[in-house]
Amino acid sequence: MAELLGMPPQLFFGQLLLGLINGAFYAMLSLGLAIIFGMLQIVNFAHGATYMVGAFGAWMLMNYLGIGFWPALILTPLIVALLGVILERLVLKHLYDLDHLYGMLATFGLALIIEGLFRQAYGISGLPYEIPTQLQGGTNLGFMFLPNYRAFVVLMSIILCFGTWYLIERTKMGMYLRATTENRELVRAFGIKVPRLITATFALGVGLAAFAGVMAAPIYQVNPLMGNNLIIVIFAVVVIGGMGSILGATLAGYLVGLVEGLTKAYYPEASSTVVFILMIIVLIVRPSGLFGKEQ
Amino acid sequence: MHIKSLAGVTLASLLTCTTALAAGISDDKVVIGMPSDFSGIYADLTGKGSAIAAQMAIDEFGGKVLGKPIELLTGDHHLKADVAVGITREWLDRKGLDAVVDIAASSAALAVTKLMTERGKITINNAAGTTRLTGKDCSALSFHWAYDTFALANGVAKAMTLEGNDTWFFITADYAFGYSMEADAKQVIEANGGKVIGSVRHPLSGSDFSSYLLQAQASGAKVIGAANAGSDLRNTIKQAKEFGITSSGQKLTGMIFFIDDARAIGVKEAAGLSVLVGYYWNRNDESRAFAKRFEEKANKKPNTIHAGVYSATLHYLRAIESAGTDDGQAVAEHMRKLKIDDFFAINGFIREDGRMVHDMFLVKIKPANEAESDWDVFEVVRTLPGNEAYRPLSESECALVKN
Repeated sequence: MAELLGMPPQLFFGQLLLGLINGAFYAMLSLGLAIIFGMLQIVNFAHGATYMVGAFGAWMLMNYLGIGFWPALILTPLIVALLGVILERLVLKHLYDLDHLYGMLATFGLALIIEGLFRQAYGISGLPYEIPTQLQGGTNLGFMFLPNYRAFVVLMSIILCFGTWYLIERTKMGMYLRATTENRELVRAFGIKVPRLITATFALGVGLAAFAGVMAAPIYQVNPLMGNNLIIVIFAVVVIGGMGSILGATLAGYLVGLVEGLTKAYYPEASSTVVFILMIIVLIVRPSGLFGKEQ
Repeated sequence: MHIKSLAGVTLASLLTCTTALAAGISDDKVVIGMPSDFSGIYADLTGKGSAIAAQMAIDEFGGKVLGKPIELLTGDHHLKADVAVGITREWLDRKGLDAVVDIAASSAALAVTKLMTERGKITINNAAGTTRLTGKDCSALSFHWAYDTFALANGVAKAMTLEGNDTWFFITADYAFGYSMEADAKQVIEANGGKVIGSVRHPLSGSDFSSYLLQAQASGAKVIGAANAGSDLRNTIKQAKEFGITSSGQKLTGMIFFIDDARAIGVKEAAGLSVLVGYYWNRNDESRAFAKRFEEKANKKPNTIHAGVYSATLHYLRAIESAGTDDGQAVAEHMRKLKIDDFFAINGFIREDGRMVHDMFLVKIKPANEAESDWDVFEVVRTLPGNEAYRPLSESECALVKN
């Protein structure tokens, strides 16, 4: 059999595709983080916890109210975004004028509290959540078996990333947002309600994480620690893409997925560290990240 | 702090020298400690459930042995060996600790067992799996009760290889537990005419296992052996189903798999998987009776570890009764002599290396439509006699075993 870079082509393409699927999750998560950092200048360590709450939200809707995957995909992000609004008004609001470190510590503490509560209530083993019937099964691509649900994840991720990019770069609302990051006082002087804009942005970021959580529920464990395991990788993705850059976060998400996928094939032991090696290389060559603006 | 604990050690070792000669119950009470995982990744498998099981055994004695009260202490060691040792040392120095049961995580179990043995006290390991507890690190005062990694690897790998599944590919967690699990299984597979044709090592606590599964699929092996545990194993199983690997004819097996895992994945996803357990609640009337009593307190069915903690605690208390003292040496001797008589330790006896040898059960996860209740997940395929399940004494590395 002909070999491609030292492995059968089937395996090679398979790994590339798997990398892309994982990248889709990274992109969805880093997107929310990048928006929150870009607009609020808060390093949101609670992002992983919100992702977890999203997955649990889907599970709760299903088990307590009998609401299935599709409605949950819309409802959960809305509910979690609402909780995000409360959180922002109660806690984060007071931190904007302080050093970044305060925001980081506060959100880190929040993440620990939220995860602790879920651990107390639901234990640690995780809970089952089924793939919706419409998306069960898969397609044989010749070189690998692609589960329909994973294809759906990639599709949704692309739509979501494009939608968010469009919202921020091409709409009036996005324009206000970008203006606010540049000069808050000036935007305020034009009569735009800046605090409300910031709350809405945080809610959007949190909602995106919850959306990723719902998407993850059927394929990963619905587990109080699911976000904890992911958050550091997501931070690395944001740094690689360039802090605050939406396009950067998205593309870096896919890039990291691909690099990780190939590492899993060639030297799996390093697959959890390769992301950070990539991050260090990017930081050396381009300190502001691949798509970040020099400051 | 250091000076204080050092003084404590010296004082306590002086004390143990004097109390070792005395008969009867030390400090007028029997204190059983449980340094275990009450909040981490093994909390559902041990933790609160284990504490409830130990208390059930104590209650069976009416809370007293030889007329003296029995006390149960629990402490969360956060999966850290040093914390576990710290808790145990404090109990030894201040609370009159006599024995320790459960202990999640092999690293913590090894450290605590060492300390307890130095102080002349009893340790009964249940939750930890490492065979070192009855191998290199065995002692006359420590016991290993519910299961161990050798039995698990041996039980599953042997049964499957003999069924004609003679080529294996391993997906192994990249740390000590994974290596020893793979090595134990490999030995058994090769001894029974099978072959391991490949393996891949993944970092601990991953969430995506599809890459490894794809490599396993490409290898063409008849069986994919998952030498990982907890959420890693659960995700491996779930994703094997998702990527159509199990439906294309390749078999997947996990080695260290508890009833809680089956529930967490969902019976539908895990159906067909075969594993070895030391206890299954729905096996006979006796096991069901215990499960019912346990469920009233714990709100869930007991797993192998919980049932093992109950059995071990009960046997320990019986040994105190028969020895007429809670002195470690004397109790250990009586534990070895006394017949183990409960629903858990079927044909159970304690070997010189401290291994409690008992029958194990090869089970298969039922198809969802055959399950009668939420917890009705296993179907017992075969009973594996204790002598076949555990590592034979002739291969033992324990210094107490005369070869």
